[in-house]
Amino acid sequence: MKKGIMWRLILLVITSLISIVFFLPNTPFFDYMPKIWKDIMPNKGLVLGLDLQGGLHIVFEVEGDKAVDIAVERISSTLKGILEKKKLSASVKTEGSQIVVNPSNAEIRNAIEKEYPILVPNESGGQVRYKLTDSEAKRIKDTSTDQVLEIIRNRIDQFGVAEPTIHRQGENEIVVQLPGVKDPKRAIEIIGKTALLEFKIVDDESPLAAELPQIIMSNEEEQFLQKFKTRLAENQQILFQRIINKETGVTTKRPHLLKKETLLTGDLLDEARVSIDQRFNEPYVSIVFNPAGAKIFEDITGKNVKKRLAIILDGTVYSTPVIQERISGGNAQITGNFTLEESKDLAIILRAGSLPAPVKTLQNVTVGPSLGKDSIEAGKLAGILATILVVVFMIFYYKLSGLIADLALMLNILLLLGAMASLNATLTLPGIAGIILAIGMAVDSNVLMFERMREEVRAGKTPRAAIESGYKKAFWTIFDSHVTTLITAAVLFQFGTGPIKGFAVTLSLGVSINLFTALIGTKTTFDLIHLKWDMKRLSI
Amino acid sequence: MGYEEVEHMIEIIKNTKIDFMSYRKVAFIVSGILSLLGLFALIQIGLGKANLGVDFAGGTAVQIKFHSSVALQDIRVALEKGGLKDFDLQDLPTENKILIRVKKQEEKIGAYAETIINVMNQSFKDKKPVIDSVTEIGPKVGARMRTDALMAILVSVICLLIYVGWRFQFRFGVGATVATFHDVLAILGIFYILDKEINLILLSALLTIAGYSLTDTVVIFDRIRENMKKMIKETIEDIINKSLNEVLSRTIVTTLTVLLSALSLFFFGGEVLHDFSLAIIIGLIIGTYSSIFVASPVVILIGNKATIKKKK
Repeated sequence: MKKGIMWRLILLVITSLISIVFFLPNTPFFDYMPKIWKDIMPNKGLVLGLDLQGGLHIVFEVEGDKAVDIAVERISSTLKGILEKKKLSASVKTEGSQIVVNPSNAEIRNAIEKEYPILVPNESGGQVRYKLTDSEAKRIKDTSTDQVLEIIRNRIDQFGVAEPTIHRQGENEIVVQLPGVKDPKRAIEIIGKTALLEFKIVDDESPLAAELPQIIMSNEEEQFLQKFKTRLAENQQILFQRIINKETGVTTKRPHLLKKETLLTGDLLDEARVSIDQRFNEPYVSIVFNPAGAKIFEDITGKNVKKRLAIILDGTVYSTPVIQERISGGNAQITGNFTLEESKDLAIILRAGSLPAPVKTLQNVTVGPSLGKDSIEAGKLAGILATILVVVFMIFYYKLSGLIADLALMLNILLLLGAMASLNATLTLPGIAGIILAIGMAVDSNVLMFERMREEVRAGKTPRAAIESGYKKAFWTIFDSHVTTLITAAVLFQFGTGPIKGFAVTLSLGVSINLFTALIGTKTTFDLIHLKWDMKRLSI
Repeated sequence: MGYEEVEHMIEIIKNTKIDFMSYRKVAFIVSGILSLLGLFALIQIGLGKANLGVDFAGGTAVQIKFHSSVALQDIRVALEKGGLKDFDLQDLPTENKILIRVKKQEEKIGAYAETIINVMNQSFKDKKPVIDSVTEIGPKVGARMRTDALMAILVSVICLLIYVGWRFQFRFGVGATVATFHDVLAILGIFYILDKEINLILLSALLTIAGYSLTDTVVIFDRIRENMKKMIKETIEDIINKSLNEVLSRTIVTTLTVLLSALSLFFFGGEVLHDFSLAIIIGLIIGTYSSIFVASPVVILIGNKATIKKKK
């Protein structure tokens, strides 16, 4: 008997000490610890959730279908080259995710299908339509999600956010959490921009070019395109440049007639950085191509002297400088009325690379730092108050036994905080609510036992016997009631997101620890008291 | 020895002999109304007519804190001038905060929040607006959260039924499940009547109450089971009545301690947890009521006749 108590006491003391060590980093005392302690002992503690420390939680969907379209476009232009090389004349067009080859004959089909076994042919009416096999399309979607994840990670690294969380969710979603971000709008723009940089030639020689107006209102875009759609040749397209009047701030658009073919993209960039134009004191982004890119750039500029080169980012024309001469070395500039911040961000994005497929924002939750701070303060106050109320009530109602239950409650809170800190669990606002409710529920097990003990005392049992049988009889009831709460907490964990998960974690930890403190903690105390003072009367 | 000690106990309730089961008809009417109300609320939620939070309905919510008080009417006018339609405004009990919600869904989210923030910054510059939080939920995520929430409620209730059914007789399992559903529906119904927002945080309150109220029920069933072994000659009504009276003080004390926590959360826990703690408080009261007046009567109702007819 004596020995049993001893062991249980040691167990209680050790678990308490471990909890204190783990939770220490969350208290002001941690600052006073010697450096060696900070290095060796746990130093992370509880992590505050985004709802408490402020920040950005955003879910993107990678539009994998667009990645497939892009891949198809790429295959189609290679096909053109292959057919040309073999001196086979046929038109090759893309329609969405399909490649249409006209005419269709055995020789052409042979040449294509030998090169691309991943294409599924569908011949009808003298032409053949190809689409990618399902497994290939799926592979492309899958890889594009991984690539987007990687690029977003790069961009965030360069943007500089402490402890970001970036992970893939399901098939095509990416979850980004940025704690403590000051300018969420800017962060979203940096992360979510496709940043496809393209170089095309402006088609000034076409008679249509002269007909285009200099400026249209920014809401007339659709209408305008509708009007000119039928008159565009197959290899032409119209894209717009955004013009902002510096005095009035009004945005208008300038249409440009371009040759559709993309001559060069930002994939081949080596470097992008911000420079300031000496004359106008305007920032711009200067880019340097890698050797392969520089070679292509040299070719393009050489072939198109005196023509205009359109620099396009995500489908918007930024500038259309006239090519004066062949440019070697692979240096180019992107200008376009940027603010310094905008040009910095653009340089970051270009360095990190463009996304292989555009992303769509599915969910965005931004919490400002002050709301989180208020919530923590309110949570602390409510927690302390709840503890005081429960503690006072228990002493009032159950006297000395109530005091023992209160000690168990304190132990419960300590172990709960310690356990959460040891798991580096994230404390969310509902999580705080979970802790506070757990305070009220923690004494329930003791109430169950005490009420049983009272019944035993009324039945005329000695204190010792009342304690023993009270514990024994209440055990399964307590066990059942804990399991039911654990079941709901587990379900919440499974189906909940972010803050709700935090709630489930605190609730289930609180309930499990309660089983320990209520059964071992209070029982040991009772045993100890009994051992020392041979109880004549049960104060309950 | 023995009796003398009893004198020192502080008891809220002493040796009660309340005939709880005689009130069961009244209780069925009350619970029937509460459950119907909850079902009605559930249908309204399904039809999208209830006050769903943006996390379930999709849409945009922006909470703004001002340096000094701003009239809701001024904000309404400013937002309408800024081109925003179909939004609602809500004053938060704490000082100088407002919540603007646009429930219309956008295919590409981001525009509404931007408009709101721009309008606030321009029109109320002197009140120093600070963005407390922005929540934008696309239609896809909203739909997914609704399904997840429904699944969460169903799965947890089924798991609880299995557990209670395994630990007790089948009819106790049914009694506990009916009581649990009753609690969830009742809170939902009351929140619907109060026009409170139905959101993810409320869901976690609902499930917490489901678990907690079941705890209460289990404790009572435990005692009924124990007494059924001892009282072979009595009717099931008598056994249940005796058991309820025996554990009554325990039921009240345990509810009271959690209620103390929930009340401090309600009054001091901050605006975000206000409705959560309200749901917990209502749920605690209803859960305690249902473990006495719903769970046990259901056991009688579906108990086999042999047990019930066991007259003295």
